[in-house]
Amino acid sequence: MRMLSRDWYLDDAPASRLQANAGRFYRAGGLLLRNPLAVVGGAIILLLVLTAAFAPWIAPYSAVGQDLSARLLPPSAQHWMGTDELGRDILSRVIHGARITLMIVALVAVISAPLGLIIGAVSGYFGGLVDKVLMGITDVFLSMPKLILALAFVAALGPGIENAIIAIAITAWPAYARIARAETLTFCQSDFIGATRLLGASHGRIILRHVLPLCTSSMIIRVTLDMAGIILTAAGLGFLGLGAQPPLPEWGAMISRGRVFILDQWWVATMPGFAIILVSLGFCFLGDGLRDVLDPKQGGKS
Amino acid sequence: MSAISLQDLDISYGTAKVVEGVSFDVAEGESFALVGESGSGKSTVLKAIAGLAPDWTGGISVLGQPRGHRPDRGFARRCQMVFQDPYGSLHPRKTVDTVLSEPLQVHGLGNRDARVEEMLGAVGLDRRFRFRYPHQLSGGQRQRVAIARALMLEPKVMLLDEPTSALDVSVQAEILNLLKRLRAEQGLTYLMVTHNLPVVGFMCDRMAVMNRGRVVEIAPAAALHDGSFSDPYSRALYAASGGTAHD
Repeated sequence: MRMLSRDWYLDDAPASRLQANAGRFYRAGGLLLRNPLAVVGGAIILLLVLTAAFAPWIAPYSAVGQDLSARLLPPSAQHWMGTDELGRDILSRVIHGARITLMIVALVAVISAPLGLIIGAVSGYFGGLVDKVLMGITDVFLSMPKLILALAFVAALGPGIENAIIAIAITAWPAYARIARAETLTFCQSDFIGATRLLGASHGRIILRHVLPLCTSSMIIRVTLDMAGIILTAAGLGFLGLGAQPPLPEWGAMISRGRVFILDQWWVATMPGFAIILVSLGFCFLGDGLRDVLDPKQGGKS
Repeated sequence: MSAISLQDLDISYGTAKVVEGVSFDVAEGESFALVGESGSGKSTVLKAIAGLAPDWTGGISVLGQPRGHRPDRGFARRCQMVFQDPYGSLHPRKTVDTVLSEPLQVHGLGNRDARVEEMLGAVGLDRRFRFRYPHQLSGGQRQRVAIARALMLEPKVMLLDEPTSALDVSVQAEILNLLKRLRAEQGLTYLMVTHNLPVVGFMCDRMAVMNRGRVVEIAPAAALHDGSFSDPYSRALYAASGGTAHD
């Protein structure tokens, strides 16, 4: 069977839509795999996803079960990352925390990226008054520090993981809107948009089918690079007691609890800190790798 | 009934008036050229007819129907445009197939597979090009795709904005032959912008010479053989392209 072989993917004259698309992804995937940092980043993210998916089976202990006779034990063979002040196994809590982290990152990306993308594309495409109004709103959001704005939203909405997600999403979209608008401006006067308008296509169709696909690759890169910041903001909110509430094993909240013991029982705050650093690094590496692969100028050459 | 009729057309970009008082008629089935130097406003006239330069006053009618200032669906079925730069007129992330199917989708026309294949054949592209991306095509092939896209809705009037000036010489000849053949086969009316007088001699029946936003002379293409231009600017343009007047 010729299908799914290397030649099939790289065929210069694809026989179907499916093959043409598969070929594009195959080339991008190949480039990504040749970039060592991207592979490391991808492996870390894959590890995070697998850990989150199989948390109850991987974790040696319960994430919330307390054992006061075993409180604040240092790392050992039984408790690889030690235990916290209520005798809970920190490794198990970090593993369960992966679920929360992944949920925050995914939901923020799903809410803020499309929102920013559409606002930016509409703003850049129509220009004029629409542009002024939308970018004015964007500037208002951009002019405030992210964490402070998120704090204000959480304070208004009430503490909790859902509100933290909403607050982070609300503070994250303006940057995406700016990028999408800048990208849109570079090609909204170009002939292929004009040609599509001449065909009688509606503005909605042009924005959705022609403008957005050209903005998405830079958006994917930017979102991936921002993931680290999102995790840190979520951890910051958790640390301040405004994100996930106890006993949820959120990494930021865990660091916050460990702060009290940081001099004598360093592992309580350090272990979830390592997890945050590792995952943030993973997203940064992957984002850098994606930038090399998805850059439209590269795509034109390959 | 004339295919394209312009009455006293003024076009501006912002506050700058780039075209003033242009009037001419193109008969159905005719091939009409707009010639002139860069910046004379010839492409702007095409854009106004197409609806991409909405800031105009005067009258534009295509196939007897006056047109509005913006592109509209009904107009799209009657009149289409081919752009100068085949590198900029195709979406970089869409396959030939998607580009050619799009007009059919927009207008809700069926039987897309067969129509796309048929059109590829008509513009002389092998069917193996169908699922390629623009970056996998040469300039001439891209321009064939752009012509195919314009013809998908079976328009009667084609606006050609220097369709060959971005291509190298041997490919230019191929595209010009293709355009000539398509016109004969489908009974198209061409309004073509060019600054290349030999192309006018090869493709067109009549031409309008433009200078600084005005039409200075409308002459038959035969004038290119004997240099019988009446306006001094047309004579200068003719002389500059290597022709000598025989009068």
